[in-house]
Amino acid sequence: MSTSTTTPEQDPELHTPLGGVPLTAGQLPRGAAPGMLVASAVAGLLLWLLAGWAIVPCALLAAAAYVVIVYTWSRAVEGPRKATDRLVTAIVSGAFLLALLPLISVLFTVVSKGLERFDAEFFTYSMVGVTGEGGGIYHAMMGTLIITGLAALISVPIGMLTAIYLVEYGRGKLAKAITFFVDVMTGIPSIVAGLFAYALFVMIFGPGVRMGIAGAVALSVLMIPTVVRSTEEMLKLVPNELREASYALGVPRWRTIVKVVLPTALAGIATGVTLAIARVIGETAPLLVTAGLTDGDNFDPFDGRMTTLSVYSYYEYVSPGLFAEASFDRAWGAALVLIIIVMVLNLIARIISKLFAPKTR
Amino acid sequence: MAKRIEVKDLDIYYDKFLAVQGVSMTIQPRSVTALIGPSGCGKSTFLRTLNRMHELVPNARVEGSIVMDDDDLYAPSVDPVNVRRQIGMVFQRANPFPTMSIYDNVAAGLKLNNRRLKKSEMDDLVERSLKSANLWEEVKDRLQKPGSGLSGGQQQRLCIARAVAVQPEVLLMDEPCSALDPISTQAIEDLMLELKANYTIVIVTHNMQQAARVSDTTGFFNLQGVGKPGELVEIDETTKIFSTPSQKATEDYISGRFG
Amino acid sequence: MASTTEAPPRKDRAPQRPGDRIFAGISTGSGVLILLALAGVAVFLVTEAWPSLTAPAEDIPGGEGLALYIWPLLFGTLISAVLALVIAVPLAVAIALFITHYAPRSIAKALGYVIDLLAAVPSIIFGLWGINVLAPVTVDPTTWLSEHLGWIPFFAGPASSTGRTMLVAIIVLAVMVLPIITAVVREAFTQTPKLHEEAALAIGSTRWEMIRMAALPFARSSIIGASMLGLGRALGETMAVAMVLSASGGVSFNLISSENPPTIAANIALQFPESSGIAINTLIASGLVLFAITLVVNMIARAVINRRKDFSGAN
Repeated sequence: MSTSTTTPEQDPELHTPLGGVPLTAGQLPRGAAPGMLVASAVAGLLLWLLAGWAIVPCALLAAAAYVVIVYTWSRAVEGPRKATDRLVTAIVSGAFLLALLPLISVLFTVVSKGLERFDAEFFTYSMVGVTGEGGGIYHAMMGTLIITGLAALISVPIGMLTAIYLVEYGRGKLAKAITFFVDVMTGIPSIVAGLFAYALFVMIFGPGVRMGIAGAVALSVLMIPTVVRSTEEMLKLVPNELREASYALGVPRWRTIVKVVLPTALAGIATGVTLAIARVIGETAPLLVTAGLTDGDNFDPFDGRMTTLSVYSYYEYVSPGLFAEASFDRAWGAALVLIIIVMVLNLIARIISKLFAPKTR
Repeated sequence: MAKRIEVKDLDIYYDKFLAVQGVSMTIQPRSVTALIGPSGCGKSTFLRTLNRMHELVPNARVEGSIVMDDDDLYAPSVDPVNVRRQIGMVFQRANPFPTMSIYDNVAAGLKLNNRRLKKSEMDDLVERSLKSANLWEEVKDRLQKPGSGLSGGQQQRLCIARAVAVQPEVLLMDEPCSALDPISTQAIEDLMLELKANYTIVIVTHNMQQAARVSDTTGFFNLQGVGKPGELVEIDETTKIFSTPSQKATEDYISGRFG
Repeated sequence: MASTTEAPPRKDRAPQRPGDRIFAGISTGSGVLILLALAGVAVFLVTEAWPSLTAPAEDIPGGEGLALYIWPLLFGTLISAVLALVIAVPLAVAIALFITHYAPRSIAKALGYVIDLLAAVPSIIFGLWGINVLAPVTVDPTTWLSEHLGWIPFFAGPASSTGRTMLVAIIVLAVMVLPIITAVVREAFTQTPKLHEEAALAIGSTRWEMIRMAALPFARSSIIGASMLGLGRALGETMAVAMVLSASGGVSFNLISSENPPTIAANIALQFPESSGIAINTLIASGLVLFAITLVVNMIARAVINRRKDFSGAN
């Protein structure tokens, strides 16, 4: 807004005709930015190795140095707009790398510590009579499979049918309410789901009840909304033309849904269900309050306490036995098994969606 | 096979909105009836009331009557599913079932309705249907391949074979060639001329040359203005509609002076 | 056209076939069952919590009544979740931006997958990691913080010697909600209309200016909604906090000492297995409070996200 400026050079944006803007502009030399990155990294490394600083401040310092130098340099040579662009690029990329750190650290820790106890005994023994070393997770693995399997058995039909209702039949207030509350249900804290299942079973069996099936009910509360949402998405992807083609052949609605719509969406639904299972199989809190912990094999979900991998890992860690190290190893071992299961389930989900998607085109 | 359809004073509503008003016509058996008219005039909507497909839209309803031979299609005791078994439909875009093979697509009408046939009977039916859709020679070696692997024109003929396989009385076609190239269109038009020996065919088309080429009777739909219901302006022998229509609007539309 | 009297207007017919009626009935029933279950969650929790509401104050654990029992828990829950969000949201937006706008297309998909995997890691593992890896690492920096920045209430110290502090709990929570927020924001960024982006580029914007003009405004309400979802998750996260936090104190803003307020969820997990009688009722009452808070937070989140859907014209 400087009214005193009269010379066109001082306000080039307004007075230079656009055709007069040169197509070339000041640019950092090729490789300047990557070069600076390497230089900062080396400087940081030197500080760490030679000056003996801690690694975290070194890394932060190197990153800060890179950002400041590149920004100033770019601002001088290329102008403020380009400099800001470079600054944001550096920050965004840095944030991404920063976020990868915990993931790498988590995976590395679990794998390295978990491998201590990957022996045959670990997978074939329970914890009966084990106070020090040894012992295994057989009972916990079976418990996890049984409880998660039951949860899937409850959630998948209810979730799929609800999704079918929402997509194929649902209209008006009821459908709106169900959609909304399914969304809300996605956010129920897992511990609250556990308390719900506990409260429900207390009404039936009296206080202090612990049962595998109660855990399955708690997990179902967490799983149903995921199943509903993913099934719903997949059903919506089925083109309406297929439904019409079926109706036009004189096929009743329910047969159209069962024989045309569901098979077309099946791969997507299976993927969603697998991911939903992967999500609940690692749950701890709701099982802590419903299924509890036991040292021995209990494969009857309707009778007494039942151990799962996550709860097992938790207790091995917070209340170790005679030799704390042995307990910790067991805790990490169980955690590693759990994470492998989750990853494998995720992998299976991807494979299903890749392989079995209907070849529409 | 092939039945006559009498439509009388048909009004079609979406909820409170009157979409098509006062249609009366007779659709002759063993002939092709073409419905032409500008976009949005309700010809597709009308076509879908003939096999009660319009009911899939919530709150859609009709007043008036549609009688096929002696059966009122809208009598309270009539099940729309059974109506559709007798009046088949082919859509604008070919829509073979992506999870089924070519063979299963043709057999779909029976299989989905759980009608069990002997393997040999089923084979025979599939072959006959594909032959009557002029597709047999092209696909007989790959009946177990997915139907979606065919070309657009082949897919549309597959859909016709699928509609024919349930042995309907009437075949409705909703712009069946609008997504096809001229050669595939030619193949479908030839097919229509063959099929009319056995079926009552009603086709909605935007293409006036097509109507002139394939149909015996042509009905012209128009609407008075935006927000007004569509209506049947006139229906007559195709040669007459295209040479000496009795209505000014028809003449304008056919000669391209539409406005 | 006035012949409506003989044929009364026909309504949209209910399915007539028994198969249709049964199938529609079953699927509607499932939907209703979900509503009932949710109502059941509320009803059962209230029923089981009720004794603690009517019990005399001295019977409640702590002996000072229900409100004073829950208040520090509530405080701990809120402060940990909110601060975790303060860390996670900017990071999540940056990651989403990196994946959608900066990373080469070929690896962007893989990166998205990696982030999704992070979301699938069970919370017990984050708990183990937090207590084993993260907590020891924080001891030195927090000591430094308490010595040099002790005038800030958050860093009043004295620093915990185990590292099992509120700060570590907050970082773990941030890491855990990060992928959830990222997923939603990334979705919004990928849905940014290409036309808007190209329009911005066509007037000579740099990449950042394009993002500021086209992508960020488009994703704004998604970012808000995603943050609320993350908040809901952080409020309810149980095991990681239960393991990491050495919960022994009351209400305090001090993030780095060994005396921290516990969170509702963690407190339930820690106390429940050893509790009985009125203590259980009290814990369920605190769970009810948590349920109410997350319910409200999630409802707001959904409302914000759904409103975006109405306005965006995408899909």
